[in-house]
Amino acid sequence: MALDSKIPEGPLSEKWTKHKFNMKLVNPANKRKYKIIVVGTGLAGASASATLAELGYEVEAFSYHESPRRAHSIAAQGGINAAKNYPNDGDSIYRLFYDTIKGGDYRAREANVYRLAEVSNNIIDQCVAQGIPFAREYGGLLDNRSFGGAQVSRTFYARGQTGQQLLLGAYSALIRQMNLGKVKFHNRTDMLDMIIHEGKARGIVTRNLETGEIKAHTADAVILATGGYGNVFFLSTNAMASNVTASWRAHKHGAYFANPCFTQIHPTCIPVASDHQSKLTLMSESLRNDGRVWVPKKKGDDRNPKDIPENERDYYLERLYPSFGNLVPRDVASRRAKEMCDLGHGVGPTKLAVYLDFEDVIERNGKPWVVEKYGNLFDMYKQITGENPYKSPMMIYPAVHYTMGGLWVDYNLMSSLPGLHVLGEANFSDHGANRLGASALMQGLADGYFVIPYTIGDYLATESLKPLSPKDNVCTEAVKNVQNRTKKLLNINGSRTVDDIHKELGKIMWEYVGMAREKSGLETALEKIPKLRKEFWKDVKVPGSANEYNPELEKAARLADFLELGELMARDALEREESCGGHFRVEHQTDENEAKRNDEDFTHVASWEFEAEGKSKLHQDKLTFENVKLTTRSYK
Amino acid sequence: MKVTLQVWRQKNRTTTGDFVSYDVENVSGDMSFFEMLDMLNNSLISEGEDPISFDHDCREGICGTCGVSINGRAHGPLKGVTTCQLHMRSFSDGDVLVVEPWRASAFPVIRDLVVDRTSFDKIMEAGGYVSIKTGGTPDANAIPIPKFDAEEAMDSASCIGCGACVASCKNSSAMLFVGAKVSQFALLPQGKVERKERALNMVATMDDEGFGNCSNTGACEVECPKEISIINIARLNREFFKASFN
Ligand SMILES: Cc1cc2nc3c(=O)[nH]c(=O)nc-3n(C[C@H](O)[C@H](O)[C@H](O)COP(=O)(O)OP(=O)(O)OC[C@H]3O[C@@H](n4cnc5c(N)ncnc54)[C@H](O)[C@@H]3O)c2cc1C
Ligand code: SF4
Ligand code: FES
Repeated sequence: MALDSKIPEGPLSEKWTKHKFNMKLVNPANKRKYKIIVVGTGLAGASASATLAELGYEVEAFSYHESPRRAHSIAAQGGINAAKNYPNDGDSIYRLFYDTIKGGDYRAREANVYRLAEVSNNIIDQCVAQGIPFAREYGGLLDNRSFGGAQVSRTFYARGQTGQQLLLGAYSALIRQMNLGKVKFHNRTDMLDMIIHEGKARGIVTRNLETGEIKAHTADAVILATGGYGNVFFLSTNAMASNVTASWRAHKHGAYFANPCFTQIHPTCIPVASDHQSKLTLMSESLRNDGRVWVPKKKGDDRNPKDIPENERDYYLERLYPSFGNLVPRDVASRRAKEMCDLGHGVGPTKLAVYLDFEDVIERNGKPWVVEKYGNLFDMYKQITGENPYKSPMMIYPAVHYTMGGLWVDYNLMSSLPGLHVLGEANFSDHGANRLGASALMQGLADGYFVIPYTIGDYLATESLKPLSPKDNVCTEAVKNVQNRTKKLLNINGSRTVDDIHKELGKIMWEYVGMAREKSGLETALEKIPKLRKEFWKDVKVPGSANEYNPELEKAARLADFLELGELMARDALEREESCGGHFRVEHQTDENEAKRNDEDFTHVASWEFEAEGKSKLHQDKLTFENVKLTTRSYK
Repeated sequence: MKVTLQVWRQKNRTTTGDFVSYDVENVSGDMSFFEMLDMLNNSLISEGEDPISFDHDCREGICGTCGVSINGRAHGPLKGVTTCQLHMRSFSDGDVLVVEPWRASAFPVIRDLVVDRTSFDKIMEAGGYVSIKTGGTPDANAIPIPKFDAEEAMDSASCIGCGACVASCKNSSAMLFVGAKVSQFALLPQGKVERKERALNMVATMDDEGFGNCSNTGACEVECPKEISIINIARLNREFFKASFN
């Protein structure tokens, strides 16, 4: 199938306005006749569910969480961008658009990103009206800070808990609709497959996590807002349950997977302590505003950092990037940290860490200032590591944090599977090869509050869909398939636990498909992953039964999909013979070890069509740049 | 080090449960409490036994999913810390730890240490929002809000909905949770419009869902991992009485 991104004609700044006018509307009285399934109630899914219900659609929302408020979005710390230009420092919609496109290393669509920047301001208005207590200045107006890689202050924040406050806002809008009976919410319900009828996405198959009941649900359209897939690496900053299953099931039914290898590795995380580590914790990037990153100049220097004099420290980011210093984008900061450790300058017991030092700022502004600004982060660091960052520098190391890749969507956020729409981190749309800080929250809420409510109407008004009931054949077949797969997992009764195999997958991914990728390594991964997948299906041990609360069974089903996704990520990384943003191919770098793009051959979205397990076909969705000139990112 | 766990095991909502004892060896201080449970679970699975179910997700103290009571204290011995952030260095070699789910009739046990807190969502449904729709809202800076009020609202809004307050209260009261939400909105101009209905409806739903009355023992504040202050309860009472008498 040829991909049509459906980008509207016309000048960049008028595309969305015109498109909104040109789209068909569903008559208000008819909206209640349409049912929409929303899978996922994080920022993207909760905002979409609430808004669609307000418009009058019948909405059924699903989440494997106990409550929408538990979604992974809750963990976002730093903030959310918008082009309000309140600080009067030269920001504009165009600048936010430009920074996002450039930050993504020119691998995102101009039109989508411009729309994102355009609606960013509405998001802040919406959130304040919901009663979200953003940080304020003494005059009572909203405060902004600058955030990873931006030269203007456009980030709105609520202490180090911005994601929490935004999610609680979206959750409040959602429960209001639940209370009004406009949204039916199914908690602790895991989507395990899609239902396709006459080529269109018409429903889902779910498992009730408490009772084990497997059931079909049908609707006129399906929305996935199921988050990212960073947990394919086992260790990441994602919540433990974050997974790819919803997207992967859709992929197997015809939704193309776009740029699967585009992964963001965040530079400031707490280093791995031991083999028992279950997840990694992010230390907000805002710390780089005031902390200075350094390593000892001498290799293997074991001295206490306090005893290493100034002239024996290498503040390598300040040295290499005099104008951005410690605030270079995430991919750059991560790669340099890895390089320093690879060269033998790493610190701490594992030597896989660099220092993030606050001594200067504590001296300059005093400890109380630091406490007010970063107190909760310092406490968290102390709680996890047992060390006091006011007294000695923090140790940090990069960790998997975000996945820019995801299901391919057009300008209307519809996937290549008609009727299936994808929002938030689950789609690939706006961040290109590298996401800038504070822009995922913006994208999730833009998609949910301000884009899908318009575009889905156009789909529903245009299509004529036949009625479909959960009792129809396609649905009962789909249910049976899921039941069989569940049984199969339980019957293997091998010798390795799910975690054990997942950790092995994670190590393969981190080693060969991680921060620096090389042809030979990717080929190794392509050998190892299918082998491990085979082993999983032969030797995994899933305890318990299908009809009870069984977290190991949930995890096993998710791991099965990760084991397929991992292979596609390696293939995609191998195929993309260039370095761009977070995707770094060792073979493609400049003399200064920076990412070297190949615009001639790779200015496209790599969109993979599923053919059979381990076999996918590549479609190129060409990116055209009419407004910005492709330049080499320079943060010198 | 080695610890002995006495863990509440309960198959489902309808069966009764009991304590089962486990010796866990090779525990290191850098492990989190849950990583210790992960290790135990992996060995239970290998031995063909049922692993212990416990709720968790973010493992960084913000999603509110986790929470068990350890030796009678919600979220364990530390102040201002969720169970997922608790590390084994807080315990000593040879310790015996009694691990239980939240105990409250409004939080039925689903399995082992996992409880059902949808009663909290029900309370939120009754008024934990500002009744606005998407779009058509004024510019975010249209209404200045004193920094002090915004900060106070943020203190209240920091509640993660974990339920430790209920679990540590001898009456299983949800006043701290409800007080925090009612306060957040009462402190902000956007929330003031519906303050009366909100206080009345949320309190009524709290009662309907089977939470007990508050007798001001203050146990909730002590165990709350986000250190939500008991001032929020005072504020809730004020809001409730103001709303009731006119
Ligand atoms: C530690 C951390 C800090 C971050 N900080 C920032 C920041 O400061 N600024 C920023 O902009 N971004 C930040 N991000 C990124 C941002 O938080 C996420 O990208 C964003 O919140 C994703 O939102 P979402 O709605 O797409 O998905 P999620 O919040 O992950 O929600 C996914 C939803 O889907 C449901 N779900 C998934 N699969 C299924 C299934 N099969 N069946 C049923 N339900 C399912 C889940 O239950 C959940 O409700 C951060 C991320 C992390 C990890
Ligand atoms: S008030 Fe504290 S203890 Fe109670 S639910 Fe909120 S965070 Fe948990
Ligand atoms: S697991 Fe999220 S708060 Fe503990």
